[in-house]
Amino acid sequence: MSGNMNLTLKVWRQKNGGSKGELVTYPVSDISPDMSFLEMFDVLNDQLVTEGKEPIAFDHDCREGICGMCSMHINGHAHGPKDQVTTCQLHMRSFKDGDTIVVEPWRAAAFPVVKDLVVDRSSFDRIIAKGGFISVNTGNAKDANNLPIPKVDADKAFEAAACIGCGACVATCKNSSAMLFVSAKVAQLSLLPQGKAEASQRVLNMVAQMDEEGFGSCTNTGACEVECPKGISIQNIAIMNKEYLKASVVSEQEAQ
Amino acid sequence: MSNKEFLTSSLAKKFVMAATGLFLISFLVVHVSINSLIFLNDGGETFNVAAGFMAHNIIIRIMEIGLFVGLLMHIYQAWILTQENKKARPVQYAVQNETASKWYSRSMGILGSLLLIFLAVHLYNFWYPTKVAVAAGTEHNTYNELKEVFTGELWFVFVPVYILGVVSLGYHLLHGFPSAFQSLGFNHKKYTPLINAIGTGFSIIVPLIFALMPLAFLLGILD
Ligand code: SF4
Ligand code: FES
Repeated sequence: MSGNMNLTLKVWRQKNGGSKGELVTYPVSDISPDMSFLEMFDVLNDQLVTEGKEPIAFDHDCREGICGMCSMHINGHAHGPKDQVTTCQLHMRSFKDGDTIVVEPWRAAAFPVVKDLVVDRSSFDRIIAKGGFISVNTGNAKDANNLPIPKVDADKAFEAAACIGCGACVATCKNSSAMLFVSAKVAQLSLLPQGKAEASQRVLNMVAQMDEEGFGSCTNTGACEVECPKGISIQNIAIMNKEYLKASVVSEQEAQ
Repeated sequence: MSNKEFLTSSLAKKFVMAATGLFLISFLVVHVSINSLIFLNDGGETFNVAAGFMAHNIIIRIMEIGLFVGLLMHIYQAWILTQENKKARPVQYAVQNETASKWYSRSMGILGSLLLIFLAVHLYNFWYPTKVAVAAGTEHNTYNELKEVFTGELWFVFVPVYILGVVSLGYHLLHGFPSAFQSLGFNHKKYTPLINAIGTGFSIIVPLIFALMPLAFLLGILD
């Protein structure tokens, strides 16, 4: 078809966590500009399987920008060159015929490579397990009007809740800091009345777990919010810092 | 303190960086105000009175110790954070696009190190001779000393070192000033734009006044 592209891909190949990886060059041809980036990888993998070679392992699930599984570092950008899209929502029309595209896994000590482009992000799960929830008794749903929430707070909480846990913030940050991710959850829940009861304990526990996982510290470069596919703002990090100060200095709560 | 992590966590380290940073900024305000007195162009008379007060007053002497402690904490914490942050990314990217952040935000360590070198020269030029004179109880003319450093035999060494020093200071502040507020949890829709604007103004004006001193001596504007 006319308008289709020929590209050169340089993809990180690594057998497993223990082995040494390298960038391997693969030419792909006849790529439709309407394909998503992952569909282009499907084409390449088909090609590799036909040639009797090992296909490239990469994470993906929903392919509609909501699950946070896809995780490619493309030409130096987490989730590729476009703002506020995940890798699965990136289309090949964002590239030009003849382009060379370098694809690497997220790089962080806390996200070890499992294979090729797949990294282990269970460190995020362990952080969430430490406090990314509210404890409520089930039963009849309450009348919503029982819990008035100021519009500004509701909006902020909603925006923070948009985080899909993809880890692009960690991948982008020069310190591999997870503070955008952690702060999104801390802020979301601390802004809402349902989350206030456990606010101090939550922030202490989640920050302690974040440190234990070996993420770096935020130095406020602001790169994370630029590359975040969901536009999570670093204002959330300030909210987390404030919550942490409050929890450490004012409350009697301790990290558990 | 109710929880021990408060002193060792990643967030606590940021608080230390921010608090000491703001403290050092407050010192700059005093320093730059006193320096500005030389532009009265009265042969350094007023300036020397102020400098003499700073060198002898007991409260200022005690605060000076606090200043050095603050500076050392700032440096020490920055060093620890840098090491930890390096460890957090053991494998680098083959391709890294840097457009998502400002170069000076990513280079605070280098800018800080340049500042430290400058500071060593600066202390050697002015702080040390003043200390010696105060200890010996001799008369000390700081204004003449300025003139000597910036127009004396080694002006071509000192003037560039000072200019480079204050340029590093400017970029260090450009990131550090607003960053300190963010780290302390202050990010507010109404005030943050104002803080950023004040930060930018401060980062330009303060280094500029510092830079004008050696230049004014060198160009003979001040005598
Ligand atoms: S904050 Fe953004 S980049 Fe980080 S995990 Fe959430 S959605 Fe992904
Ligand atoms: S595959 Fe679900 S967000 Fe990309």
